[in-house]
Amino acid sequence: MADFLMPKLGADMSAGKLLIWRKKPGDLLQRGDIIAEVETDKADIEVEVFTSGVLEQLLVEPGTKVPVGTVLATIRTDGAEPAAVAPEPMPTPPEAILSIPPAPAARPLRPEGERLRISPAARKRAEELGIDPAEIAGTGPEGRITLKDIERAATTLAVAPAPAALPEAPSEHLRITPAARKHAEVLGVNWATLVGTGPGGRITVEDVEQAAAARPAARAEAPPPASEAAADRSARMRQTIAAAMSRSTREIPHYYLGTTIDMKPAVTWLADENQRRPVQDRLLYGVLLLKAVALALREAPELNDFWVEGKAVPGTGIHVGVAISLRGGGLVAPALHDADRKSLDELMRSFRDLVQRARAGSLRSSELSDPTITVTSLGEQGVESVFGVIYPPQVAIVGFGKVVERPWAVDGHLAAHSVVTATLAADHRVTDGHRGGLFLAAVDRLLQEPDKL
Amino acid sequence: MIKDEIRATVLRLLGEIAPEADPSDLRPDLPLRDQLDIDSMDFLNLVIALDKELQVEVPEADYRKLATLDGLVAYLSAALAALGQ
Repeated sequence: MADFLMPKLGADMSAGKLLIWRKKPGDLLQRGDIIAEVETDKADIEVEVFTSGVLEQLLVEPGTKVPVGTVLATIRTDGAEPAAVAPEPMPTPPEAILSIPPAPAARPLRPEGERLRISPAARKRAEELGIDPAEIAGTGPEGRITLKDIERAATTLAVAPAPAALPEAPSEHLRITPAARKHAEVLGVNWATLVGTGPGGRITVEDVEQAAAARPAARAEAPPPASEAAADRSARMRQTIAAAMSRSTREIPHYYLGTTIDMKPAVTWLADENQRRPVQDRLLYGVLLLKAVALALREAPELNDFWVEGKAVPGTGIHVGVAISLRGGGLVAPALHDADRKSLDELMRSFRDLVQRARAGSLRSSELSDPTITVTSLGEQGVESVFGVIYPPQVAIVGFGKVVERPWAVDGHLAAHSVVTATLAADHRVTDGHRGGLFLAAVDRLLQEPDKL
Repeated sequence: MIKDEIRATVLRLLGEIAPEADPSDLRPDLPLRDQLDIDSMDFLNLVIALDKELQVEVPEADYRKLATLDGLVAYLSAALAALGQ
């Protein structure tokens, strides 16, 4: 028997809210299957399972926020005791509901277990309007629900009669209206314990307000519950980033290096290459930079370490975290797995997919926990250099600025070349400037022969 | 295809690429990148979408002509006219 725990998806995560189970008891699990979705302060994450076996029991109800390390479910692993043996009594997490129906009812419009694709802005608007996004068909890429879909649904719902009854389902989307859920968070009401009076037994805003009014006066007069509950996600994301970065600057003795790299060969090669390619196969120069970093790490593997409990531990594989800014603020840096072993085309496809999913809020747990180094490119914003703050437990961060044309001397003659400033911030407990300098020199050298990347 | 149709198509595609942005606030004569906070990946996605929707394949060398909404509409009108549409 193995326990499936609330994972730690980054150094800054202390708790997570279980949003939805994607598997039910009795389901066969393969290592890498997505078992649940978890909301962190930064994003909604699809959580993969790392044990193969049969899902035995779900211990936490959707909508429950629990600390990292809490047992969420138990998995019967191969060769474990036969099912006839009564399972050991499981500890009951506080406030969790254990009466989970054996199989979730099908949800309208999308097959069971399929994730709801919705942009953050659309989700926010849906909550404001009290619309359940699960009932809307998305018209965006891959069926994603866009802001427009929500607005359209709002006008339709205003005239159409409400559906007679909704199927009973364990999904929190169906147990509580989004507006009521938001209201409950603001008022500090634990809605998991409420009985809903809405259609299909759904908890409504009125139910939440009644529950809030019924509380002892002392509680009602208390300051708003944890500022965290009331704050919107972007504020929480700001706090989360600040916590990780404070820890980084407090604990990690950073050193910084920078160098200007001639990008003429890379830019010329890329323009030539892209001219030959159909639009959907074009490459971005950022992919060349990522590949050069990944290959250079083979020559300076210490920069690919983690700092764990007072010592450096080598990363297993070169998984380059790419800093992706999210519209509406904040950023995430999910991993491009095995970036050194991917061709430029594979890397471009993975990169495009990662950016799209990061912005749609559908990253996977391994992508958040695996990066062995981070690359941040602020060239898009026009700055020429960036001095990174290391994301613990990583020990290095590479920064690239904007590719700009500058006078460049070659063999005593000036010429206009495209150049980029590459920087490295690294952890002095693991490497020193000499090693860091060799790494940046390797990045430079690799970029001079773009056709070999 | 008349210019208004092209403009509507471009705005729809931009809305899919940057769903958080409000195209009604868009100044047609100012760079899209700054107004919609789109990056090179978004821009490439726009170019791919234009190829798919309008069958206009924009070479990389022409990207700078597509910086503003007005520029985009003018470029696409000319390209579609050249294709005989």
